[in-house]
Amino acid sequence: MIEMKSVSKWYGATQVLNDCSVKINKGEVVVVCGPSGSGKSTLIKTINALEPIQKGEIWVDGIAVHDRATNLPKMRSRVGMVFQHFELFPHLSVADNLTIAQVKVLGRRKDEAKKRGLQMLERVGLIEHQHKFPGQLSGGQQQRVAIARALSMDPIIMLFDEPTSALDPEMVGEVLDVMVGLASEGMTMMVVTHEMGFARKVSNRVIFMDVGGRILEDTTKDEFFGNIEDRQPRTREFLNKILQY
Amino acid sequence: MTYWQDVWDRWQFLWEDRGDGVTYFQWMISAWGYTVAVAATSLVIALVFGILIGTLRTISGHRVISAFAAAWVELFRNIPILVQLFIWFFVISELVPGMKSLPGFVLACCALGFFTSARIAEQIRAGIQALPAGQRNAGLAVGFTQFQTYRYVILPQTFRIIIPPLTSEAMNIVKNSSVAFAVSIPELISFAMQTQEETSRGIEVYLAATLLYALTALIVNQVMSFLERRTRIPGLTPQAQGAH
Repeated sequence: MIEMKSVSKWYGATQVLNDCSVKINKGEVVVVCGPSGSGKSTLIKTINALEPIQKGEIWVDGIAVHDRATNLPKMRSRVGMVFQHFELFPHLSVADNLTIAQVKVLGRRKDEAKKRGLQMLERVGLIEHQHKFPGQLSGGQQQRVAIARALSMDPIIMLFDEPTSALDPEMVGEVLDVMVGLASEGMTMMVVTHEMGFARKVSNRVIFMDVGGRILEDTTKDEFFGNIEDRQPRTREFLNKILQY
Repeated sequence: MTYWQDVWDRWQFLWEDRGDGVTYFQWMISAWGYTVAVAATSLVIALVFGILIGTLRTISGHRVISAFAAAWVELFRNIPILVQLFIWFFVISELVPGMKSLPGFVLACCALGFFTSARIAEQIRAGIQALPAGQRNAGLAVGFTQFQTYRYVILPQTFRIIIPPLTSEAMNIVKNSSVAFAVSIPELISFAMQTQEETSRGIEVYLAATLLYALTALIVNQVMSFLERRTRIPGLTPQAQGAH
């Protein structure tokens, strides 16, 4: 479904991704973790070309993302993305947030788009908020609407870029619940997160990145958490720190 | 009592015929109409070009486009408005084929509109750059093209942010329209100067013109604050929008 081959990226002289190769199969849930500055967010944003790359290849469902000739808007419309700061369109109502891209990008009829959008809003449990504006919702609610917005486009994969990092602790659960539900239904997901509980519960694989944009580990969840002694020293250090409390 | 009678009498020239069947009052109202027409037409030109140029300045990765937009802004805001007006009348209209037959009104509106477009372009650019960068990414991520991202995500939010500076700009354009007297557009100042010469009622004439300018500015202000209330986003203040 997704294949990155030897992807490298630089900001000027600073290398932020260093020869990264990742393969994600249909139905897999892959968690990406690592210290800040390790390039996790950059890595996930290269998949739908929000961040351009200088070297390597990225394939999404057979489409060459790294190719300049590729119709990027069309490719992106099939890849759902959820951001750390939600990024709902604040000037549009919740219902319009859910439908505008379906109508303007996918060419769906308005009633059709609204039906699909409200189905997704129902599934994240916020149907009664359809007439509100994003600024009238809590962070957790906004993030659930953002997930519904991405799902309304019927994506083949969902990318999550630190979806719970900007939330109050008591709102993290409601967002993770929605994500666990998605995973259990077989959605292909790539999730940048520090929520190791989520990784343990639903992920198939865990990728660990370190400063400089290198992938240090790409292993099954059971191996990652169950066999800490076999991990790289840098990974062990990171895990010890974040699992300590 | 005689004082007020005197004051009343001094204003009576307004109802006098200026010699061609038109009273000074009618002339004043027509001159006010010209002021409003010059300001409104210039504002339309300024908005169209200001939005376009301001938007182009924020598009990254196209050197030629951003250089062109930057040059536009610097050119039109660094030359005094009166000089620009004369250049339109005495240089451009002479040198560019077909421009000579254009009415002075059009040339004056071009001068004022292009001058103001540079200022509006800067406000649009500042408004766009005040939005969180994630909004652009969010627009692109749902599959919008760059144009659609501006059309549906960035510009609707930008307009709301820049209504206050845009109000000043709309009021400025009313005030700046007074330079059009220099190229014989029969607007308020031109009326005031000529009437003062013909009737020697300098005090009354300039007081009347001042009042009409102030009244126009007040109306502009009210229209803009109505727009601001109408487009306000529930649950969101511009400050909160910029901050997240």
